[in-house]
Amino acid sequence: MAAERVKKLMQGNEACAEGALYAGCEFYAGYPITPSTEIGEILSYKLPLIGGKFIQMEDEIGGMAATIGGSLAGKKSLTATSGPGLSLKQECIGFAAMAEVPCVIINVMRGGPSTGYPTGPSQSDIMATKWGTHGDTPVIAVTPSYVPEIFTETVRAFNLAEKYRTPVFVLFDEIIGHMREVVTIPHPGELEVIDRAKTDVENKEDYLPYDNRFEIPPLAPFGEGYRYHVTGLNHDEDGFPTNDSKKIDAGNRKILAKIENNKEDIWSCEEVDTEDAEVLVFAFGSSARSASFAVREARKQGIKAGLLRPLTIWPFPDEPLRKAASKAKVVIVPELNLGQTVLEVERTLPGVKVEGLHRVDGEPITPAEILEVIDKYK
Amino acid sequence: MGDRYELRFSGSGGQGMILAGIVMAEAAAIYDNKVAVQSQSYGPESRGGASKAEVIISDSGTIDYPKATAIDCMLALTQEACTKYHGDIKKDGILLIDSDEVKDIPEGDFKVYSFPIIETARGELGKIIVSNIISLGLIAELTGIVSHGAMEKAVLARVPVAFTELNKKALQIGFDKARELKGN
Amino acid sequence: MAEGAAVKKKQKVNVPFDYDKYLRKGKLPHIWCPGCGHGIVLKSLLRAIDKVGLDKSSICMASGIGCSSRTPGYVDFNTLHSLHGRAIAFATGVKLAKPEMNILVTIGDGDALAIGGNHFIHACRRNIDMTVIIYSNAIYGMTGGQVSPTTPEGAMSTTSPHGNMEPAFDACAVAEASGASFVARSTAYHMQELEKVLTAAIEHKGMSVVEVLDSCPVYYGRQNKYKSASHMMEEIEKKGTVSGAQAKNLSEEEIGDRFVRGILKQDKDGVEYCDAYDNLIAKVQVKK
Repeated sequence: MAAERVKKLMQGNEACAEGALYAGCEFYAGYPITPSTEIGEILSYKLPLIGGKFIQMEDEIGGMAATIGGSLAGKKSLTATSGPGLSLKQECIGFAAMAEVPCVIINVMRGGPSTGYPTGPSQSDIMATKWGTHGDTPVIAVTPSYVPEIFTETVRAFNLAEKYRTPVFVLFDEIIGHMREVVTIPHPGELEVIDRAKTDVENKEDYLPYDNRFEIPPLAPFGEGYRYHVTGLNHDEDGFPTNDSKKIDAGNRKILAKIENNKEDIWSCEEVDTEDAEVLVFAFGSSARSASFAVREARKQGIKAGLLRPLTIWPFPDEPLRKAASKAKVVIVPELNLGQTVLEVERTLPGVKVEGLHRVDGEPITPAEILEVIDKYK
Repeated sequence: MGDRYELRFSGSGGQGMILAGIVMAEAAAIYDNKVAVQSQSYGPESRGGASKAEVIISDSGTIDYPKATAIDCMLALTQEACTKYHGDIKKDGILLIDSDEVKDIPEGDFKVYSFPIIETARGELGKIIVSNIISLGLIAELTGIVSHGAMEKAVLARVPVAFTELNKKALQIGFDKARELKGN
Repeated sequence: MAEGAAVKKKQKVNVPFDYDKYLRKGKLPHIWCPGCGHGIVLKSLLRAIDKVGLDKSSICMASGIGCSSRTPGYVDFNTLHSLHGRAIAFATGVKLAKPEMNILVTIGDGDALAIGGNHFIHACRRNIDMTVIIYSNAIYGMTGGQVSPTTPEGAMSTTSPHGNMEPAFDACAVAEASGASFVARSTAYHMQELEKVLTAAIEHKGMSVVEVLDSCPVYYGRQNKYKSASHMMEEIEKKGTVSGAQAKNLSEEEIGDRFVRGILKQDKDGVEYCDAYDNLIAKVQVKK
C-alpha cells in the first residue's frame, strides 16, 4: 500500500513552488516583487536541497534572461514576478517565444498600472500577457482559482512549456497567492509530468533546432555536442538568421500555428450548470470563486445560472465558451480590471448580451455583487 | 449561506492574529478532517494598525468564496479592530472581545463574550505573546467548530518545542474560561 | 595517401593556424566592414581557445545585439545571440545550470556598459566563471554611429553632433571595482598580446573581463577625421595605449589619457560563483 500523501495547509505561492518541484523544475532565476516573492524564497531554500539552482538576479530582466539560459542548458526553468516585473520581462519573453525555449513564468497579479497597489489583488495583466511583448507572439496562460489548483496548474504549465517549446504563464492574483488551503501532494507519477523531447538524429551535425519535419522540433540542450545557433532574429531551420521573406513568413506563422492547432489539448475549463444556463458567468482566478458562490445561490432562487471557469485563458477558450453559452441570454464577466477578458467574450459571442463587472479598488468582487447582476436577468 | 462557518481574528499587527487563523484552519482541515480556507489582510495594514485573518470552515466540499460574508464568530483584541471589522457579524453570531481593550462594545444582534485575554496572558502565564493561543482555546470551546484535541495538535505543531507546556496551559485556560463564560 | 600527405605538408607551411576548425564556413562572409577590428579580435580569440584546448561542444558563446554580437554566428560552438544588453544574464543562466560549460561572451561597449551595465557589474560581483570580451570601439556601429559610453569627450557621433559632452566609462576600472577577478585590456593592433591576454582570461577561473580597443573606421573614423583604418589603429590603439611594462616606469602625468594594456588584475584566490553554489549544495544536503 502506498504511503499516505502529505497533506499540508499552504499558501498559494507555496503551492506554486511545490508544483514546480513536482514538475521537475531545477532552475529558478528571478527578482523579488510583491506579491510573488514567497515563490522565490521557498525555491531558494528547496532547490539546493535537490541539487537544483536558484539565483536572485540583479533585476527582473536578468531574471527572465537567466531563466531562458537555464532552459537552454537543459533544465526545466522558472521565474516568478508581478505586474511591473512582467512589463520588464516582456522583451525576453518574446525571445523565448521566438527562439522556442520552454520556460514558465508565474505572474501573481497585483493592482496597476505602474507600481499600482502592490498588496491588493488584481486581474489586470490578461492583455499584457497576450500582447505585452512586441510582435505576433504565441502565448499560453493558465489561471488557477484554488490553492491546490495552483499546484496542479503549475505542473501543467511546465508540461505545456516542454511539449510546445514555448513560454507558459501561470496567472493568479494576490488573494489566492497569499491565502491558505490544504494541498495533498500527489505521489510521484500520480500527475503526468512531460519531459523535454529528445532529438533522434544520428549525427549531431545533422541536428536542426527548428527542423521543419516537426511541428514542434525537439530542443537539444547546450553542451551535448549539437552546437547549434539560437537567435531572436527571424531564422531558418538551422537557427541562423535569414533574410528570405518566405522563410520569415513561414517561421512567424509556425510559432503561432503550433498553439492554434493544439488549442483543444491546451484548453482546460470547468463547467458548472452550463447545460441549461440562461445566465452564464465567465470567470477565472479568484473572481471565479465568487462567481461559483453566486451561481449556486442563484440556482437556489430558481435562476438558470451557470459558470464557465477557464483554467486556460490563452489561447482564449472560444469554442468551450460558445458551447457553454448556447442557451445563454446573457454572459456576465466579473474581473478585477476595467474590461479585458470581456472583450474576448464579446468577440467570441457576437449578438449575445455580454455584461462586464469590474472592480479595481484592491478588493475582490463579492458573490453579492455578481448575484445582483444575475438577478437583473432572471 | 449554507455550509460555511466563518471566523475572523482581529487585533493589531504583531498580536499573532494571522498565526491564530492558520492554527484554526489547520485544526479544522488537517486534524478534524474538515475543509478550511485561511486568508488575511496583507501589506501595510499588517504592520501595526488593525489586522485581521479570516478562516472559513466547511464540513465537506469546496469552499469557493474565501472571504467572510456573514461571520459566525469574531475575535477583537483591540478597540480599533472591533470598531472596524464587527460589521459583518451575522445574526446570533458571536463577538469575543478583550474586556480591558474594548470598552465601546458595538451593538448588534449577536452575543458578546468579554474576557481579559491579554491581562490573563500577562498575569497567569507571564507572556502576552500567548494571548492568541488563549483566544483559540476560548473560541474552540465557545463555538465547538473544532475539537479540543485537534486544536491542541494544531497549536503544538506550530510553536517551538520549548514552549509546548506554556501553550498547552494557555489553551487550557481558554477552554476553561469559555465554559465559565457560557455558564454565565 | 601521398597526395593527402602533400596537402598536409602544404597546409603546415602556408596555414600556420587552422581557423576553419572553429568557423562555420557556410555562414561567412561576415558582416563586418572593411577595416573593422572585429575580425582580428575573433582570430586572436580562436587562437586562444585552441591554445587552452577547449572542446568546441563545451563552449557556449553568448552575445547581445550589435556588430560584435554577430561573432557567435560564425563559430562552431553552442551559440546564443541574445538580446541587447542581456548576453551576460543569459550566459549566467547557462553557466549556473551547467557549470561544466565554458562561457565566452562577445559584446560591444554599448551592450556591456550602457543597456547591459547592470548585468555586467553584478556578474563581476558574483565572480561567475565566464570570459567577457568587450569589443570597445567607442561607437554604436550597427545603428550607424551613435555616441556610446566609451566615446571620448569631445568626439563626434550622429547623436553628439556638437561633440560628446559626457565623460567616458573606463570599462576595466568598472570591472575591477565591481569585483571581477581577472581584468585585462589589449587592442586589435597588438594581436599577439591580445592572444596571450585572451588565453590567460579563458584559463582564469572566475569572471574575466577583457576590453579590446578596436576601431570602427566607417562610423567613428569618418566622423572624427581619421584618414583610414590603419591611421585609426596607429592613433587610437598604438599611440593611445601603453603596455603595463612601460606604464610601470611612467608617472601618471606621463601616461596621460593613454590606456594601459595587459593584465590589470588577476586574483586567483576569490571563490567562483558556481563553486560556491556547489559548496552550498553539499552543505545543505548533508544537513538534510
